[in-house]
Amino acid sequence: MVTRTAPSRLTARERARRSGRTGAPRSVPAPLLVPALIAVAFLFLPLAGLLIRAPWGHMGAALSGSDATQALVLSLWTASVTTGVSLVIGVPLAWVLARTRFPGQRLLRALVTLPLVLPPVVGGVALLLAFSRVGFVGRYLDDWFGLTIPFTPLAVIMAETFVAMPFLIITVEGALRSADQGYEEAAATLGAKRMTVFRRITLPLIAPSLGAGAVLCWARALGEFGATITFAGSFPGQTETMPIAVYYALETDPNAAIALSLVLLLVSVVVLVSLRDRWLRGGTVS
Amino acid sequence: MTPAGMDGLVVDAEVRRGEFTLAVRLTAVPGQVVGVLGPNGAGKSTLLSAVAGLTPVSAGRITLAGQAMDDADAGTFVEAAGRPVGFVFQNYRLFPHLTVAENVAFSPRARGMGRRAATAAAHHWLDRLGLTDLAGRKPDQLSGGQAQRVALARALAGQPALLLLDEPLSALDAGTRLDVQAELRKHLADFAGPCLLVTHDPLEALVLAHQLIVLEAGRIVQQGTPGQIARQPATAYVAKLVGLNLYTGRADGSRVALTGGGAFVVPDQGLHGDVLVAVRPSAVVVSSQFPQPSSARNTWPAKVTGLTMLADRVRIDLEGQPSALVDVTPTAVAELSLSPGSQVWLTVKATELEVYPRTDGQPA
Repeated sequence: MVTRTAPSRLTARERARRSGRTGAPRSVPAPLLVPALIAVAFLFLPLAGLLIRAPWGHMGAALSGSDATQALVLSLWTASVTTGVSLVIGVPLAWVLARTRFPGQRLLRALVTLPLVLPPVVGGVALLLAFSRVGFVGRYLDDWFGLTIPFTPLAVIMAETFVAMPFLIITVEGALRSADQGYEEAAATLGAKRMTVFRRITLPLIAPSLGAGAVLCWARALGEFGATITFAGSFPGQTETMPIAVYYALETDPNAAIALSLVLLLVSVVVLVSLRDRWLRGGTVS
Repeated sequence: MTPAGMDGLVVDAEVRRGEFTLAVRLTAVPGQVVGVLGPNGAGKSTLLSAVAGLTPVSAGRITLAGQAMDDADAGTFVEAAGRPVGFVFQNYRLFPHLTVAENVAFSPRARGMGRRAATAAAHHWLDRLGLTDLAGRKPDQLSGGQAQRVALARALAGQPALLLLDEPLSALDAGTRLDVQAELRKHLADFAGPCLLVTHDPLEALVLAHQLIVLEAGRIVQQGTPGQIARQPATAYVAKLVGLNLYTGRADGSRVALTGGGAFVVPDQGLHGDVLVAVRPSAVVVSSQFPQPSSARNTWPAKVTGLTMLADRVRIDLEGQPSALVDVTPTAVAELSLSPGSQVWLTVKATELEVYPRTDGQPA
């Protein structure tokens, strides 16, 4: 037997919507709508809690009453140096992964992306094992140069780079893969050597992705916690970054923790706005 | 090797790309435009790519002005950046982040000129190609014809010894194509070196090239002047391009037995053996009944299988022995009441048949 549905009402506005270019109906089936709403609530309620509980009246006091400024400054400059380092060594690696072929390349790509899925604390442990005073690399740095890395701002930068650089690398590698290599060929026929092609054609053409990858890397570095606290510790002014300061302030001075969190939230919103063209449009990410 | 070949381009090479193999032998002397004609996938772009140094040859050699650019046996290879070659790509490939002037200055800069000298060189070429007003524009602000000229200026600004053009007009709409073509012809005449021009448009090849090479499936199937090729096409592809009926057969004096059945009486040129017979579609007469005795020596029955309106005439597809394409006026179609399925008689004078020996792609 054929079941028939009774005709439902379709307003003129809904008709116009459905016949429009996007053509998506507004109504959502209940089995999809309810979980979707739960997901929305789950994502937004905590943020709302942060805003509601914020010590709006004495924000300044809450921030200056702790090592907040120190932590913020440390976080900002270490994240920026991390981004700089990632650009200098990560972009060439992205190029190598995208534009050359060699044995073991797939393995290398897997290794590069590993920090994306690796728990950051494991990264911290690994860094410690390699670069501590008794680590297999750190031992020689200490013997030969008197250089001790752990629990210094340098350790913060190394931990952040370990965790954040892969974001830049995969973004730039993807851009290099999808970039039209016809322009590079054209540049070669015009007499440009390979480095000239890279500098004058390849880099400018992937500039938007380069910018997005750098912002992404910077944001990830700014939020880094697990690898940093493991490898660099939490000395105020030396290695205590914002996320670590938030974590400790929560025990001693909750108002300061909330105020610090709001600052990080604000930074995240700014990052999101700066990436809006790439992420907030929906659909494909190029 | 001719002395002229010494300072021009000499290609005698094989280029392998996966399953595909391109095998060509050609020379282009300075001041000569060699048109490379062929269907998609014939290897036209591969040829340019190899000459430019973007793809190495797998056997043989490419020589420019007496210098080996690529020699598979000797193992020498000059990188693309080191070859004195100007390449105008099919979609121009103008650098989207640079202005027109910066695009044109790119090659002088890359080849070692200082910034100011390169800018001056760019403006010289912009001026010569009438692009001065567009110097500050980005490529996406150019019309198709303008972009084509900028691409040519950019290629010429590097002072190449050889110019390569890959379908230079295919990205243009029909309206501007003829103007740009006339202009391109002028600029090519000014260029001192040899020039390879790839196209699949026979008209473009006929207008712009001094010599033609027809490539099919990676092989040269015919080469000669545009006139020779238009009169005596060597393959069905070329015949279709130049709008001729082409038949293969065996000649025995004044009689040619056609491969697909049927026979033609032809002017006796003393030809024997494998020949090609070319007939213009407008040279064939269509009659609705067996025609009166006349001076025409060839008459055969055929069936109409299709009618296509061309600009001012109707092209009739006819099936018979042999089959043929025939052009008649719309009035004739009406008066003979021709439609698919109509039985007609075809007549053609022996003197309208171009008969020539079949070669295997070597120069006519």
